[in-house]
Formats: sequence, C-alpha cells, structure tokens
Amino acid sequence: MAGQSDHELSLFSAEELEFIAEDEIVDIVPNLKMDPLCLISGDFGPFTPQIVTQVPLWLAIALKKRGKCSICPPQWMTVEKLTQVLEVERDSQEMSEHLPFHYVEISRLLFDHARDNIPDAYMVRSLIEDIRDVRFHKVETDLEGFNGRTIAVKIKNLSAMEVNIVRPFIGRALQAFYKHDSSELIPDPERAPDRRPQVAHNAPRRQLRR
Amino acid sequence: MGSRSAEGEQVPLTDEYDALISTTDVELLKRAWRNEKAAPEILRFESDLIIRVREQIELMEETVEEKSTVGTDPLSVSLYQMDLDRTLFLLRSYLRIRIQKIEKYMFHIRKTEELWNRLSKDEKFFTERCTDDLKKHLEESVLSTLPENYQSYERQSVISEEVDMVPEPRLDTFVLCRSKEYLTGIQLEDGPVDDRSKLFEMEPDVLYFICYKSIKPLVESGKIDLL
Repeated sequence: MAGQSDHELSLFSAEELEFIAEDEIVDIVPNLKMDPLCLISGDFGPFTPQIVTQVPLWLAIALKKRGKCSICPPQWMTVEKLTQVLEVERDSQEMSEHLPFHYVEISRLLFDHARDNIPDAYMVRSLIEDIRDVRFHKVETDLEGFNGRTIAVKIKNLSAMEVNIVRPFIGRALQAFYKHDSSELIPDPERAPDRRPQVAHNAPRRQLRR
Repeated sequence: MGSRSAEGEQVPLTDEYDALISTTDVELLKRAWRNEKAAPEILRFESDLIIRVREQIELMEETVEEKSTVGTDPLSVSLYQMDLDRTLFLLRSYLRIRIQKIEKYMFHIRKTEELWNRLSKDEKFFTERCTDDLKKHLEESVLSTLPENYQSYERQSVISEEVDMVPEPRLDTFVLCRSKEYLTGIQLEDGPVDDRSKLFEMEPDVLYFICYKSIKPLVESGKIDLL
C-alpha cells in the first residue's frame, strides 16, 4: 500500500481527452434539412443545405459519417498557417500560442473522419506532426532545467495531449524533490495522519521556474 | 423545451464568473468531473448540479423514447441518443471516481468530519456499509487470531500513539491547474518561514504544476480548475 502513487486516479486516458476535445465547436456545411436539435449540451441547428452552421465536433463527425455534411477545417489547420506556426515554434524556446489546447486531438479526429474536407491533407498532416515533434522536444529540454528548488512549474500554451504525456513525470519528479527536500522527516505517504511539521521550515529556498 | 441545458442560468450560482457566461450544466459537470479526477482527495459532492443533470437526462430519455415511437427521422433520434450517451458517460464517470476514492480512503473519510460532509447521502450509506464490512472481515479473518495487542484495524499495535494503518490521500501531490482570472496572493504552504510571505501569482489561462495543498482552498471555491 505504501509508496503507491495516486496517479492512476488522476490521469486522463487518450480516449478521455478525445472525448473532451469532441466538444470543441466546428463549422459544418450540411447537405440535409433538419430541425434544430435541442440537446442536453446545447441547441444546434437548424440545418439547411449549403448554409454554414456551428456544431460540436462529435456531432459534426456523426453527420459526416452518414454523409450528411462536410466539415470546414478550423482556420489554423491550413498549410499557410501551420507553416507559420512551425517557423515560430522553431525560432523560439517558448511554446507558440497559435494552436488550440486540443490541436492534437482535433486534427487527429478530422484526419480520421473528414480527410476529404481538408485541402492538402498530406501536407497539413506532416506539418502538424513536425510541430508536435518540435514542441515536444522543447518540453523535454525544458524538463532538463528542473531542479530541487522548483516549487511550481509554469507552462504556457502547452496542449492537452502534451500535458498528459509529461504529467506523470513532472508530477512524480516534483513530488520526489519535495519529499527529499524536507530533509529530516519523510512522512510516509499513505499513512501520515500526523499533521506534523508542515514540511520543513529549513528547506532551502525554492524558486518559481520561468 | 425542458431539456435545454441553459437551465444552469436560472439557478443562483455562487461563482460570479459562472453567472457572467452562460455555462450549460454539461459544461459544469465536465468541470466537476475533471476536478474530481485530478484531485487527490474527495471533493464536495455537486448535489444541485447532479440533480439538475439527472432531471435533464430523464427528460431526454423520455424525448428520445417518444421520438422513436412517433417515427421521427432516425438520424435526429440517433443524434439525441448520442448526446444522451455522452452526458451519461460523464455522470457515471464522475460517480465512479468518487466511489474509487471512497473505497480507497473509506476509514479516513468516515472519521474525518470535513470529508464525511462532502459525501452525498447515497455515498454516506455506501461508506458506512463498506467500512463496517471491511472491518468485520479484517477482524474475523485475521485480527481476531492475532495477539491482543495487535487487534486494531487502525493501529499497528497498542503502542502506536496514533492511528497509523489508515490510508489517507496525499495532499502534497502535484496537480496541474489553470485559473480563469488573475489571482494574486496565493500563500504557498511551503518553503522557509520568511519565504511564506512571498505570495504566488497566477495568470489566467496559464498552466501550473503545483502542490495540491497550496491551492486546495482555491479549488474548493471554484477559482481554479484542475486538469
């Protein structure tokens, strides 16, 4: 029991992240006529052929699967925009802010279900992969800068999937630093009912990174 | 139509921010679900929200039933069903995470008033039965055969000064969080004494990895979301 981490409780699975991303709103062009849908998650429609309307991604994909609409890829998902983003990402150690929080999941879902609606799909896909690689590399180099004096880590513009990948590592690393830092008393994690010293009055000065 | 999710607006919300933007109950449930998933300890049961969501689900179930018998367009029926399934998934997952936490920390929850009060009526009932059963099981199968000094399920032996065999959540877990507004003056419960006066600031929409203990009150008041 002791020493077991709680992380399996708090981690989101890739499917759960996709589930969350499916609530993002996209533009679709329906090719059928249908009354507005008054759903628990909101009202959408009415659907009229050739008239653009906004729906959550899951609804767009459901319609697309039945051949009832085409999905307009989001603005950032064009070769032009993505090329720019890639350049920015390569030029700076900072994460660029031009991509939505769920860009990995959204692009993945669109590639899987609406490939024919994405102009230059092949280019777009490889650009997104490049961006992912560059960004992930940056996260990795960032992590090298970690040290025991880190009390909190601030991350700007990290996407949901990236967060999910680094979460177990950062979480455990910080926790380990935290634990070893409180020099004398290492409270046994699972059973530390004793609200003893609020962890180390003598801990070295920690600073906020970045 | 009663099943519209904008109903969240009619209910007085404690959080000003919520009142400003019209958030659907599904959105609120999603937030509660994420917070519950990410927090090491059990959070307050969102009873009002859950009641509202349950009502909406029931209404929607009736609507779907009705639509499919009347012979409405099967496409729209299936879309209603999908929406319903998504909400049901969120609700079930939310309740399940709570049960997992209860099962893990039941003795601790039962004897800690603050945590006990966070449970719903059903959860309290479940916890009571669970703790009673487990205690009985431990006693009957092992403890009763041990020497007298080692028969407590809470303590290693009678010499133990305090309860030392009851699992508790680790509040020093690092969690990932995001604030909706600019927050200043967060007291970090850590570091040297002279350093504690140094307050921590949070910018909106920036992610932070931080010790759960330090931001616990802000999670409880809804100022910070975990993710």
